Amino acid sequence: MDWAALILSIELAAWTMAVLLPVGIALGRLLAWRRFAWKPLVEGLLALPLVLPPTVLGFYLLVSLGAASPVGQWYQSAFGRPLVFSFEGLLVASVVFNLPFAIQPMQRAFESIPRDVRDAAACCGLAPWQALVRIELPLAWPGILSGMVMTFAHTLGEFGVVLMVGGSIPGETRTIAIAIYDSVQSFDNAAAGAMSAVLLGLSLVAMALVYATSARRTRGRG
Amino acid sequence: MAESAVPGLEVRLSQAGPIALQVEMDCASGEVLALVGPSGSGKSTVLRCIAGVIRARSGRIAVGGQAWFDSGAGVSLAPRHRSAGFVFQNYALFPHMSAQANVEVAMGHVARGDRTARARALLDRVNLKGLESRRPAELSGGQQQRVAVARALARDPRVLLLDEPFSAVDRSTRQILYRELAILRRDLAMPVVLVTHDLDEAAMLADRMCILHRGRTLQAAAPHDLMLRPASSLVARLVDVKNVFRGKVLAHDEAAGTTLIEGLGQRLEALFDGRFAEGTEVQWAIPGSHVILHRRDRPSRGERENPVRGVIADFLPLGENASVVIRVDGPGEHLRVTFPLHVARRNGLEAGAEVVVSLLRDGIHLMPD
Repeated sequence: MDWAALILSIELAAWTMAVLLPVGIALGRLLAWRRFAWKPLVEGLLALPLVLPPTVLGFYLLVSLGAASPVGQWYQSAFGRPLVFSFEGLLVASVVFNLPFAIQPMQRAFESIPRDVRDAAACCGLAPWQALVRIELPLAWPGILSGMVMTFAHTLGEFGVVLMVGGSIPGETRTIAIAIYDSVQSFDNAAAGAMSAVLLGLSLVAMALVYATSARRTRGRG
Repeated sequence: MAESAVPGLEVRLSQAGPIALQVEMDCASGEVLALVGPSGSGKSTVLRCIAGVIRARSGRIAVGGQAWFDSGAGVSLAPRHRSAGFVFQNYALFPHMSAQANVEVAMGHVARGDRTARARALLDRVNLKGLESRRPAELSGGQQQRVAVARALARDPRVLLLDEPFSAVDRSTRQILYRELAILRRDLAMPVVLVTHDLDEAAMLADRMCILHRGRTLQAAAPHDLMLRPASSLVARLVDVKNVFRGKVLAHDEAAGTTLIEGLGQRLEALFDGRFAEGTEVQWAIPGSHVILHRRDRPSRGERENPVRGVIADFLPLGENASVVIRVDGPGEHLRVTFPLHVARRNGLEAGAEVVVSLLRDGIHLMPD
């Protein structure tokens, strides 16, 4: 059992959630309520990680974050080390491939707040930030929670993108999914089995939580 | 009340799209103005413009002389700075808050320590004592509407806007809420705009009605005046005046207070109306209330006034009344009248029966063709 890999995976998932929470709320809210010309394209772009093979996504991330890319060069000059094959590079990749998992449930949650309720908040004299804190977030929280749990579970389970962008550097980029693969490759089925069981358990708990919050939301409306 | 000296709400709006608007309406302090029109006529849009949640392309909205919106001067206050109490059609209560919290949330201008007591007093005023801790889902439709009214009043608004506030409750609850609003409004000093498509509701609750059609305000007047004296055949149709006909002005007799017109293939006396020269083609209307049935057993008042003969083309009992369509002899045009069922029965009204009715002179109203 590779505990370092499990801890790394959980750290990566936590950081990804921390980044995607404000991003998801802002983008989910924007996509739910605003209409603009390029909206279908933006929504399509954000949904791409759902349909692209992880290797394709990983390849593009590797190219766009690599030492030859402007982002990679800037990172190298600013921090003195490459972005790819580092935890930070993995985090960037993780944020990108989790965008739809975080944003879509949040967008649906904000969409479910009727226009009149938002207008009522303004008519009650609430400033936009007060309306966000007192009305919108409490009403959208099941969707926000779903988005976060999905992000967490998906980060733990992601394999292809992580392998492409991070490789398998112990303590730096070797997540539990990679560790399972390495164990199987080295015929250590006992370790692979233990780690798979841990991942299965964590994922099951996460998904049950998602369904529990959505059931609660449905009951609340009825 | 329309002539109140206290400046109330003035609304002038115009835009070509996305929803065409050409609105001119005023509502004095303490007055209830019903904004009436068919679905899609822009009633709710006008209300939302006043509240500031949508913005018209151009125009001016002022309350007590202070501009909330003035496209010419570049003024457009955010909704939270407008102090408008808004009751939404489906109430738009905050589902995660109790009735009490729903009301308190609109009290940002009240000292924190006073909010609870004031919210309780408001809920008490709308007859919700004891239900303060309930959430909207635990309240009936009528109770939710009362919370919405209390929340709208919680801002101490300078204008109260009601968007079809009775449409989401059943008939018996609606009757109770009508009564409550009528009582409540006695103490309200601000302009109140009530959006509705229900003419009876408007006539019952409002001091004046303003007719809106395809985003354009057509006429504003006291409900009775509007029904009796619509400015055009379109307004007549919108306020459900069923008998609108074409005619021609034949002569005026100002001394006698009459204008003689040709209508329904005969000469009819109308109230004097000097706006139309002799020979002018006009439209004219008569409300059903001014069509008198000639009784078979004994003559009644007004029998000499504009007698019109015809045959009953359709007779339909509707509850305690009978809806009667009379095909007028000669031109074959149809008069639509409602009589109490017992009157209709006593006079032997049925499909195919011959009848004589009088069109009361005071009810004949001329409109431009």
